[in-house]
Amino acid sequence: MSDTPSASAQRPMIELSDVTVRYGGNVVALDNTTLRIDKGDFVALVGPSGCGKSTILKLVAGLLEPTAGAAIVGGREVGAIGSHAKRLGLAFQNPTMLPWLSILDNVMIPLKIVEPFRQDYRRKRKGEFRERAEALLEQVGLAGFGNKRPWQLSGGMLQRASLCRALVHEPDILLLDEPFGALDQFTREELWDTMQDLWINRRPTVLLVTHDLRESAYLASRICVMSSRPGRIIEDQRVTFARPRTLESSYQPDFTTLVQQLRMSIAEARAPGSSQTPAASRPLEEVSV
Amino acid sequence: MNKPLPRWRRNLLSFSAMIGFFLLWEVLCRLLGVSELVLPVPSQIAAVLIDKMPILWPHTQQTLMTTLIGFFLGVFIGLLIGVIIGSSRVAYDIAYPLLVGFSSIPKVAVVPIFVVWFGSGTIPAILTSMVIGIFPVVVNVATGLATTEPELEDVLRVLGAKKRDILWNVGLPRTLPYLFASLKIALTSAFIGTVLAETVASNKGIGNVMMIASGNFDVPLVFAGLFILAALGVALYSVSALLENRFTSWTQRGKGSEAA
Ligand SMILES: Nc1ncnc2c1ncn2[C@@H]1O[C@H](COP(=O)(O)OP(=O)(O)O)[C@@H](O)[C@H]1O
Ligand SMILES: [Mg+2]
Repeated sequence: MSDTPSASAQRPMIELSDVTVRYGGNVVALDNTTLRIDKGDFVALVGPSGCGKSTILKLVAGLLEPTAGAAIVGGREVGAIGSHAKRLGLAFQNPTMLPWLSILDNVMIPLKIVEPFRQDYRRKRKGEFRERAEALLEQVGLAGFGNKRPWQLSGGMLQRASLCRALVHEPDILLLDEPFGALDQFTREELWDTMQDLWINRRPTVLLVTHDLRESAYLASRICVMSSRPGRIIEDQRVTFARPRTLESSYQPDFTTLVQQLRMSIAEARAPGSSQTPAASRPLEEVSV
Repeated sequence: MNKPLPRWRRNLLSFSAMIGFFLLWEVLCRLLGVSELVLPVPSQIAAVLIDKMPILWPHTQQTLMTTLIGFFLGVFIGLLIGVIIGSSRVAYDIAYPLLVGFSSIPKVAVVPIFVVWFGSGTIPAILTSMVIGIFPVVVNVATGLATTEPELEDVLRVLGAKKRDILWNVGLPRTLPYLFASLKIALTSAFIGTVLAETVASNKGIGNVMMIASGNFDVPLVFAGLFILAALGVALYSVSALLENRFTSWTQRGKGSEAA
């Protein structure tokens, strides 16, 4: 484990302790899972589809209560929604912008809802808040698009805006569920850089759910691999490549080796016992040009 | 495919068609010598309209007011019920069959009940138009709310949004196009309800005037009443269409320039 037991000087930001989640009584989505994430860390959660990645994310978000075990975020058990000790930001695969609002107004939605911004919203929405949202949009390459409507933007642009919406209230924790999953390869790689910049600048604690292994190796400081259902974390490793990582660095041997190794782990997780699965025999597909 | 005509030409053509219709009516009636007891000619109806306007005007106002009061009550109550039903999956599933049941009752049937409860007059007319207006609003609002994307709701709930916040920021705006679609129906139905109740159980309103005129075989006056109702109906419909355009321009993506 990576956490240092130095007199518990700093509690992890996110602690899932022996968490089990059952859906409807018989579907065990998570089985006795333990996961601790330090403040400011960037953790990617990878694993076969249906293994419980989104379930973990929802636990941390407080959208779901564990059947057994405890989910503790920022030192406080996650109870009722909205009672979080820490501020959270969420982004999903679907950017879900409200079509009747401009991009800028969409990005500012959290400021309308989250305390302490909420009480100042009326007063500052034309001034300080607007500038803050515009600065974020500029940072993700959407300068000048604030007044457009969602349907005037491409999928990649909407996803950038969605990241801005997840960050505008300066959350301590950023929860991302396959945020780039619906994008084409080029756009996705562009957004990795955007995401990396945002993280380096703001250092929120990030939990990224993805099934793209290159993405996890590119972005994360730590990768957790999950087994298929009932999900458990079967591998947990640090990624020590220097930052900022670039597309070139993602074709270096140590990067490709890591991706390949992750691929093997997942293949094993899908078919325990036999490592000669088809997936394991074509690990290069993902990393070749 | 036919190209759509430019707007002014469309309007001009519609207007000419209307004039043409009345001209044809007038000419045919005169040529065939149709009795005014069967079908009066438009010029005669117009004369009656002008002549009797001092008497007809208060009744016109009565019908309009009754319709509007009934409509607003119906929309208000419909909105309330719609929001309650639409914001909970369970309530939606339970209440929907009930709503369908209620809305398939022919609304004429409720007039006698209201007369029993409140006597004949303005109140049954208001209530009838209200009852008719409620259902389209409830159904549309509830449907609009129930189809809010769950992912967006998650994003907001995690931010600490209360049910009220989500309703106000997402649910209701998303429902607006549905609501306005229902308003047009509700308004025209409220109008029908008013006239219906006036004909059956009232001593005021255009519906009542037409009823009495028909009893007196004053056919031109009956038609004058019909013209007033048509004019009211068109006016009400145009107002609701105008409002709809104003408030739901975002649904017409890419059509022309967007509203700033
Ligand atoms: N609301 C639900 N009801 C029943 N089963 C569910 C529900 N949500 C998820 N599951 C099941 O739980 C398992 C884990 O789901 P999820 O966490 O969404 O997986 P992942 O995100 O890794 O693809 C899946 O097998 C899925 O079918
Ligand atoms: Mg998932």
